[in-house]
Amino acid sequence: MAEKVLMKGNEAIAESAIRAGCRFFFGYPITPQTELAAYMAKRMPKEGGTYLQAESEVAAINMVYGASAAGARVMTSSSSPGVSLKSEGVSYIAGADLPCLIINIERGGPGLGSIQPSQSDYWQATRALGHGDFQMVVYAPSTVQEMADLAYSAFDIADKYRTPVMILGDGMLGQMMEPVELPERRTELPEKPWATTGHGNARPKNVANSLYLVAEELERTNFERFERYAQIKATEQMCEQVDCDDADIIVVAFGASSRIARTAVRYAREEGIKVGLFRPITLWPFPADALSATCDHAKAFLSVEMNMGQMVDDVRLVVNGRAPVDFYGRTGGVIPTPAEVLDKIRQINEGLGE
Amino acid sequence: MAQAEEKLVYERPHSLAPVVTNYCPGCTHGIVNRLVAEVIDELGIEGDTIGVSPVGCSVMMYNFYNCDFLEAAHGRAPAVATGVKRVHPDKVVFAYQGDGDLASIGMAETVHAATRGEKITIIFINNAIYGMTGGQMAPTSLPNQVTQTSPYGRDVTTAGYPVRVCELLSSLDGVAYLERVCVDSPKNIRKAKKAIKKAFQNQVDGIGYSLVEVVSTCPTNWGMTPTDAFEWMRENMLPYYPLGVYRDVVAEGYANAAEAAAARAAACPIAMAENPQLDEIHAALPSKAKVEAAQAAVPGLNTPKEGGDR
Repeated sequence: MAEKVLMKGNEAIAESAIRAGCRFFFGYPITPQTELAAYMAKRMPKEGGTYLQAESEVAAINMVYGASAAGARVMTSSSSPGVSLKSEGVSYIAGADLPCLIINIERGGPGLGSIQPSQSDYWQATRALGHGDFQMVVYAPSTVQEMADLAYSAFDIADKYRTPVMILGDGMLGQMMEPVELPERRTELPEKPWATTGHGNARPKNVANSLYLVAEELERTNFERFERYAQIKATEQMCEQVDCDDADIIVVAFGASSRIARTAVRYAREEGIKVGLFRPITLWPFPADALSATCDHAKAFLSVEMNMGQMVDDVRLVVNGRAPVDFYGRTGGVIPTPAEVLDKIRQINEGLGE
Repeated sequence: MAQAEEKLVYERPHSLAPVVTNYCPGCTHGIVNRLVAEVIDELGIEGDTIGVSPVGCSVMMYNFYNCDFLEAAHGRAPAVATGVKRVHPDKVVFAYQGDGDLASIGMAETVHAATRGEKITIIFINNAIYGMTGGQMAPTSLPNQVTQTSPYGRDVTTAGYPVRVCELLSSLDGVAYLERVCVDSPKNIRKAKKAIKKAFQNQVDGIGYSLVEVVSTCPTNWGMTPTDAFEWMRENMLPYYPLGVYRDVVAEGYANAAEAAAARAAACPIAMAENPQLDEIHAALPSKAKVEAAQAAVPGLNTPKEGGDR
């Protein structure tokens, strides 16, 4: 087994991405993703790679577009307000079927918001990061180890499906330190015969483009892309379930809030409440199949989030009226405590007894 | 009897695809598109060239050329070109942009690509109007120029003044070459081609960021015949946007933009300081190795297959 090292979440993502073969990083300074860019600035020149501090988030994501079309493994990282600025470029990247990794180490919003941890970009990440008919794969790690693991595999998923992939973390996960076992360095990467590398007089020209002036052509392209999305939905859903098998109450929580929910669930079990934790690891595709399966025994659901209630929409869509779905959240950068969540679980449990 | 020997004096450049463009009759885009293709052919770089098309009338340029191409979001072509060039420093990357794209929505990308000294080539079409969207005021529209969105003429008291791009960029240290040309006569077309060729040659030679501004017309949205449009351009645009070379570090006696920048910063101690750490990084990755190292991350690239059918 490889040696464990103590790292911040932001640094673990960066090191893991380099080991996954990423040699191009384009970003713009913003709190609380700071350590990620700083790590890249230090490491990339020594890896023969490129760290480029762009003039803006807008420019950074368009550099990602160019580098991705040119065939490289490439990433950018930012935090909530900066990710909003990237939304245009992400739409073009999706529209041109280009792979890349986008990190969002969320902070409170809307607007300039706060610099404390938040999960209030769930809707943005899973519904509407940019205009047009598109989705991207969104991972929600809850530990530093998972940040490293998902940053590594995200490049493979991006290349496999030719889609942008996001890791949705937050200021708490990004800045806390945990022991982490880093992955082996990639020695082989997939070939990209579609890349705009200069045709070398050896193949027909390649074009990276999202413009279709004939409506039916664009419709056909979107249909094809959504067939790929259907495949992603069928094969890439990820979740973790703790004590869900016999649970009356299922607490659904992702990322940082799942750590708090996990503690609350443990306390509630000690009190004899039959409660489990369902933790989505992919936010898109939402792990609907596994969550739906719990509906055959679960009597109530509770979504715990660091926002005003966003993922709870997806929980309700899956549960589809088969059981009540409640929500508990803190917002603006406030982190809920296990005691608050435990109180909510107790309340729901009392309601079940009636 | 033997046939008279044919002498080919004019043909379509190989890098220009045999397709019908979307340009209006009398538009200068067609001329400049062709000049770029001629230069690509003459330098023998079609297989090494990656183009970036803008949003605007030349948005479909990726269909007009036979080299690899990317379509960029509005104004972002220099950033997109930066991404491509950093992955393929040994390839030739050019962006082609209009005035709204380059000097309005993409001004930040324009200025920063220039000041970073990206070794890319920019062809800039300045016709003082937004063509594709139907004739709105552009950042380069002249004072009192009537457009759809300056119906009483550009009011400088509220809309401000036009941007002179070559003059603006000439203050930046990353820039190697800036020239403003026009294509209203065979003589000027030849001069324009010479400038475009230099802007590409500079990139091949690694000299630095090069931009050629082509003062152009828009007969459709100016509401003029092509010849009247050229007359209006000569009368009104050339006094505001004088033709000429605005920066040429090689002509100034420097090897490249970096050397010219160092000369400019000679009195600044930190700018001129020894930097062993950077020296070490540069020494570990000399130019060629740097290229190979960057591309090692992308196996399969730059290994053109033998016997391609192009």
